[in-house]
Amino acid sequence: MAKAKTGQGKMPKASEPKTKKPKEKIPKETLLKIYRDMVRLRFFDDKLNQLVASGIRITQHSTHGQEATQIAATNALEPSDYLMPYHRGWGWAIGKGMQPSHLLAELMGKATGCCKGKGGVHIADWNLRIMGRPGVQAAHIPIAAGVGLSIKFRQAKDVVLCFFGDGASNEGNIHEGMNLASVWKAPVVFVCENNLYALFTPNVETTSVRDIADRAQGYGMPGVIIDGTDAMAAYEAASEAIRRARSGQGPTLIEAKTYRIHGHTAMDGFHLGGYRPKEEVEEWEKKDPILKLRKRLIAMEYSTAAQLDQIDQKAKEEIEEAEKFAKESPYPTKEEIFKDVYVEDVQ
Amino acid sequence: MASKELTYVQAVREALWEEMKRDERVIIMGEDVKINVWAATRDLYKDYGDRVINCPLSESGFSGAAIGAAMTGMRPVVEIMYPDFTMYAADSIANQAAKYRYMCGGGEFKVPVVFRIAGSGNFGPSGCHHGQSLEATFIHFPGLKVIFASTPRDAKGLLKAAIQEDNPILFYEHKLLYGVKGEVPEGDYVLPIGKADVKREGSDVTIVSYAWTLHKALRAAEQLAKEGIEAEVIDLRTLRPLDKECILKSVAKTSKLVTAEEGTKMGGMGAEIAAMVAEEGLDYLDAPIKRVASAEWIIASSDYAGQMGIPQEADIIRAVKELV
Repeated sequence: MAKAKTGQGKMPKASEPKTKKPKEKIPKETLLKIYRDMVRLRFFDDKLNQLVASGIRITQHSTHGQEATQIAATNALEPSDYLMPYHRGWGWAIGKGMQPSHLLAELMGKATGCCKGKGGVHIADWNLRIMGRPGVQAAHIPIAAGVGLSIKFRQAKDVVLCFFGDGASNEGNIHEGMNLASVWKAPVVFVCENNLYALFTPNVETTSVRDIADRAQGYGMPGVIIDGTDAMAAYEAASEAIRRARSGQGPTLIEAKTYRIHGHTAMDGFHLGGYRPKEEVEEWEKKDPILKLRKRLIAMEYSTAAQLDQIDQKAKEEIEEAEKFAKESPYPTKEEIFKDVYVEDVQ
Repeated sequence: MASKELTYVQAVREALWEEMKRDERVIIMGEDVKINVWAATRDLYKDYGDRVINCPLSESGFSGAAIGAAMTGMRPVVEIMYPDFTMYAADSIANQAAKYRYMCGGGEFKVPVVFRIAGSGNFGPSGCHHGQSLEATFIHFPGLKVIFASTPRDAKGLLKAAIQEDNPILFYEHKLLYGVKGEVPEGDYVLPIGKADVKREGSDVTIVSYAWTLHKALRAAEQLAKEGIEAEVIDLRTLRPLDKECILKSVAKTSKLVTAEEGTKMGGMGAEIAAMVAEEGLDYLDAPIKRVASAEWIIASSDYAGQMGIPQEADIIRAVKELV
C-alpha cells in the first residue's frame, strides 16, 4: 500500500486515446467567453482563499486547477437547461451565469446572496436553473434523474448537467441515480471530476477502478474520458453528450481527469507533502488549464496576449467589486432567517 | 355530499385516482406500483398509463428523483412499501426534501411531493424489518409534514389535501387499517392538514392516539364506559404540525392524559405530546401523564411473539385506571 500513499502523479494512460476529435470548430466567441469565465473563476477562487486567510468564515472548496471542465461544460448549456452542481465550486455557478457578487454575498451569509444569506454553500438560483448544491455527497444524482424525468413528462427539450467528484462516485446514490436516469432515458449529462483525492484519501485506496467512466457500462450509458485541464476537450465532450441527451438518447457519463492544486478546503494543511507529494502538485501545476487555453487562443490567432491581459484585468476588477458588494451588503433580518421552512411560513 | 362505504385502501386508491384525474402533473412512483402488494395503486396505470412508474428497488434513488421532478413541475406521489425502508430513503426525505426550500434559493423552490409510507405497523410475523412504526422519527424534521389517518374518510380527505399542497409530506398507512371499512364522501373531499379530530367525547380522561392504535383506544373507551369512566379519544391525524389546541382543550376538560401509539416510547409521539402538555398545560393536569407505547424492544418476527410488545386495548384500559 506504500505506493497508494503517493497518489498518482501522472494522468493514467487510458485517458488519452478515448478523447474524441473535434467534430466542428468551437466558435471564437465561445472560446473567449470560456477563457473569460475561467479567469473570473480563478480570481474568485483566489479571493475566497484570501478572505478565509483574513479570518472570514467561508466554506471554500477550491477550484484552482479544475476550471476547464466546469466552465466549458456549463458554457455548452442553453439558459433554460438545468444544472445540478456539486461541492467543489464555484465554476459551475459562474459558467451558468451567476454574478460573482451574488455568489460571494451568499457565501458570506448576506441578504443579497442568491439564497438570501441562508443557503451559504448550497448555491441555487431558480432563474439560472441552478438546482441547488448539496452538502451530502451524491444526494443530487437521483434528483438530477428526476429533473430529467420531469423534462420528459413536460415534453421539454432541456437537459440536466450534473457534476460530482471521484469521492462521491462510491456512494450508493450514484448507482441508484444512474440506473434510474438510464432506465428513463433521462436527458442527463453526468460529469465526474476525478481529481484523485477524496478529502485526504487518494482514490486508489478506496475505488475499484482507475477510470470512473468504466462504470458507465454498468448503467448502459456511454462513458467518455477527457483531459480535465483542456477546456476545448471539455466543451466538445459536453456538447456531444448534451446533443445526445437532448435528442432523447439518454444519459452520458463524462470523466474529467483533473487535479486540485490547493487542498480539500482552505483549511487543509496537509495537501503539500502530507497525503500527496509536492512533486505531484508541481507536475499538475504545469498543466494549468488557463495557461493552456491562453496559449491555444493565441496560437489559433483568436486573440492576442494584450487582449487576453485586458480580459484578465477586467475579471480582476469585477472580483474586487464583488468583494466590496458582499462586504457592504447587510445580513438577513431575523424574520427572514426563520422564513421559507414551509411554503406558507407557519410551523 | 354523497358517500359510500369503502375500505381504507380503497379510499386511498380513490384519492389517488381523483387527484390524477384532476391534475395531470400528479405521477405515481414506487416499487411495484402497477399491480401493488397493498392494492393502493393497483391498476391505476390502466387509466393513467406512463404516469404510474414501476421503480427499481432504490428507495433513496426514486425518492430523490421525486424531489427533482417535484421541483420542476410535477407532483409525484411516492410509495415506500414499508416504513422500515424509509431508512434507505432517509437522506432524500429528511436532508433533501425537507430542507430544499429553505436551503436552496431562499424560498424559490417548491417541493410538492407526497411520500406514502405504506404497510406500517406489526402484523403476524412482519417483524422488525417489515413491521415498525417509525412515523415519530420524521416529526423531528422541520420542513416536513407528517400525516397518519385512521379511517377511510380521513385517509381520502387528507391524502387529497397532501397531494394538493406544495410542501413535502409523509403520509403513513397502516397495514391493518387497509381492510377497515367506513363511509367515505364521494368527489372532491379535502380535509385540513394539522387538525386533530375528537373521535369520541368524554369528560374523565383524554386519550390521544392515532392510526391502528386509535381503534384500540376507541374499544378501550367503550369498555371503560361500562365501568362509568368516560374517555375522550382524540385522533391526531396529523403528527406534524401538532394540533396543540385540540389536545390542550380536551386536557383542560378532563385533567388527565393518556397517549397511545404503536411506536416505541422513548422519543415517540407520546413523548412529544406529554412534553407539550407539561409546557403549556401543566395546570390542567391533576395526575401524571401516562404513555402507552411499544416495549423498548426489537419486534420479534413471529406471529406468536410479535404482538407481545405492541400496546393492546388492555394496556390502554390499565393506564386509564391508574389515573382515574
